[in-house]
Amino acid sequence: MGHSNEHGSGGAAHGSVKEYTIGLLLSLVLTAIPFLVVMYDMASPAITLGIILVTAIAQLFVQLVFFLHMNSSSEQIWNTTSAAFIVLTVAIVVIGSIWIMEHLNHNMLMGH
Amino acid sequence: MASKATIITDPDPLTGKLTWDSIPVHDPVILPVMICAILGGLFLFALITKMGKWRYLWEEWFTSVDHKKIGIMYVIAAIVMLVRGFADAIMMRTHQALATADSVGAGYLPPEHYDQIFTAHGVIMIFFVAMPLVVGLMNIVVPLQIGARDVAFPFLNSLSFWLFVVGALLVNISLFVGEFAATGWLAYPPLSGIEYSPWVGVDYWLWALQISGIGTLLTGVNFFVTIIRMRAPGMKLMQMPVFTWTSLCANVLIILSFPILTVTITLLTLDRYLGTNFFTNDLGGNQMMYVNLIWAWGHPEVYILILPAFGIFSEIAATFSRKRLFGYTSLVWATAVIMVLAMVVWLHHFFTMGAGSSVNAFFGIATMIIAVPTGVKIFNWLFTMYKGRVEFTASMWWTCSFLFTFTIGGMTGVMLAVPAADFVLHNSLFLIAHFHNVIIGGAVFGYFAGLTYWWPKATGWMLDEKLNKLSCALWTIGFFVAFMPLYILGFNGMTRRLNYYDNPEWTPLLIIAMIGAFIVAAGIAVQFYMGFISFKNRKQNMDVTGDPWNGRTLEWATSSPPPFYNFAKLPKIHDRDEHHYKKEHGLAYQKPEKYSKIHMPSNTWAGFVISAFSLSLGFGFVWHIWWMVIASFIGIVASWIAYSFDRNKDYYVQVDQVEEIESKHLAAVAEHAAKNGK
Repeated sequence: MGHSNEHGSGGAAHGSVKEYTIGLLLSLVLTAIPFLVVMYDMASPAITLGIILVTAIAQLFVQLVFFLHMNSSSEQIWNTTSAAFIVLTVAIVVIGSIWIMEHLNHNMLMGH
Repeated sequence: MASKATIITDPDPLTGKLTWDSIPVHDPVILPVMICAILGGLFLFALITKMGKWRYLWEEWFTSVDHKKIGIMYVIAAIVMLVRGFADAIMMRTHQALATADSVGAGYLPPEHYDQIFTAHGVIMIFFVAMPLVVGLMNIVVPLQIGARDVAFPFLNSLSFWLFVVGALLVNISLFVGEFAATGWLAYPPLSGIEYSPWVGVDYWLWALQISGIGTLLTGVNFFVTIIRMRAPGMKLMQMPVFTWTSLCANVLIILSFPILTVTITLLTLDRYLGTNFFTNDLGGNQMMYVNLIWAWGHPEVYILILPAFGIFSEIAATFSRKRLFGYTSLVWATAVIMVLAMVVWLHHFFTMGAGSSVNAFFGIATMIIAVPTGVKIFNWLFTMYKGRVEFTASMWWTCSFLFTFTIGGMTGVMLAVPAADFVLHNSLFLIAHFHNVIIGGAVFGYFAGLTYWWPKATGWMLDEKLNKLSCALWTIGFFVAFMPLYILGFNGMTRRLNYYDNPEWTPLLIIAMIGAFIVAAGIAVQFYMGFISFKNRKQNMDVTGDPWNGRTLEWATSSPPPFYNFAKLPKIHDRDEHHYKKEHGLAYQKPEKYSKIHMPSNTWAGFVISAFSLSLGFGFVWHIWWMVIASFIGIVASWIAYSFDRNKDYYVQVDQVEEIESKHLAAVAEHAAKNGK
């Protein structure tokens, strides 16, 4: 519908087989690492937790780049900008809420 | 009203919680309204049937995907709901003026009725008056300003509108069948939980907001994509008209914040329907999380309402000062800064609810900072007018009244941003006076200014300027008479939402406030009279050229009302004030070398039908009528599937039809120019 064809192409770019393969392999590796660490008790709980967190976030970016084709090319700049802005806003709301609720729980003696 | 006797804990399989007792025929306030509403509805139905207009309404309006017609329908719905919401306001003001035993009695509204009225007033004015006016004006103006032929997703636009109508209908049905929430407009738990609000009032609130909120979210996505992807060739971002810019930022805020509302309402729904404990007192529930989340949506929401109004004032100030807008770049950046900061101030709505000093200080300072870009804008408009040849048309009256009123409201807002001061003023009438000061003096005056300004564009005829100025004067005076006493009462310790008070010293100020409300009522009456007179005399007040104000932006390059395809040939953009540029360089109203056929979306039944099923879905949920819920859900899914198989989604407008419509407009413009010796 509409007539966006008059404004050039853009939006979702389609990746190559190579891109998808790299993405898949990276995702597998990033899944395997925390899996192995937990399975074989390779680190202390705190470090294990850190590894899970880091690999999870790394995989998030792998999927954004290789599967959702986000990059800084001019066709993708809107997708990337809005994704960055959404991440920022979600971070504000989530971190802000945790901070606020922590304060309220402390001051109002909730759960005590 | 919800007396304990009428509450059914074991819903009937056929009728759910609904019984004949649910209809408040015994209420002396509601019964006459109900009779009037039924008679009025029957009269309207009979009138349309007699005039044989049903087919016309269905084909030209209800199924329309034309953004201009959808915009007009939004505005009409908003005006109807304004009357409803304002009736609530008048009832509250008269009740409070009478509600002390020492003077003239204890008012006339029983507490549970009064509570529903202030809840309904807030819900209606924000969700079903201000929001549709914003969205309606965006619909009418934005595609024209960016040189597009429609929005990006025309069917979704129609669906958004009808989902909004469903929300408004549910609120109105609650007046005659059952009750409305008596919890305040944001329905804080645990009061809004099933334990303390066992009947259907809060459920009406939940489903009305959930369904219309989804419509709003779709609107946000739709207009964001439209503005980003469908601008006329050559229009850079920094060449967009300011109203388009502010609409873009408002839509970003819709996309970011409305999902929070959806989720929060869903959690409360689960608490009420399935016995979960997200926001209850026990079993690990935490009602403060609700307050936190609802304001994480609620604060961006007020900027969704005000930013487009800022855009409207910018357009009007530039047009009627006959100058380029002063500081376009700073205005755009101020808007963007407000858009970001709007997400980091929500806690200022509950400073007093237990956060420590570091949290309160952070959000208090963020709130004060957001006043800075807003102040920048005030100076943008003042300097636009400075040394301009200002023409005091009616829309300029609204703009000047806004500058004055809104500045006062903004300053009391900065006062409330100081946590220490907020501990004194929180939940007092000072707060009520403040947010009415910014919403009426900022947003509503902006919408009225915009309606005045773009009315000829939408309808083809002008509004009576004298009556419009009179109503502006009445609204302004009425506003100050109604709300300045509330500031004083707030300082004197009067809290909001009081059904009864025992301090006779407050009564005189409340009587003054009531008089103010009646002055505003007179302003509204004048507006209706203005609409009627202007329509009656429209033959003498036609806008033949499509550019009645000597406007600067692209929407004024089209005829009034614009042809359904808006632009025969998509304009090439040279300048920020494109139409002004074209007029200066003798490029306006040129016949293009050749016309080509135009690709347009077809009208569709789907938005209307899906929404009709959503209405019965919501009603079924409210009354626990599960067969109705299931049937409606199937209806929604089936309609959607049927629509996706509908192949008649678009068509081409043929060249000779385009040529005929365009020649007529160009001839009208030429004739008008010859008559005025230009």
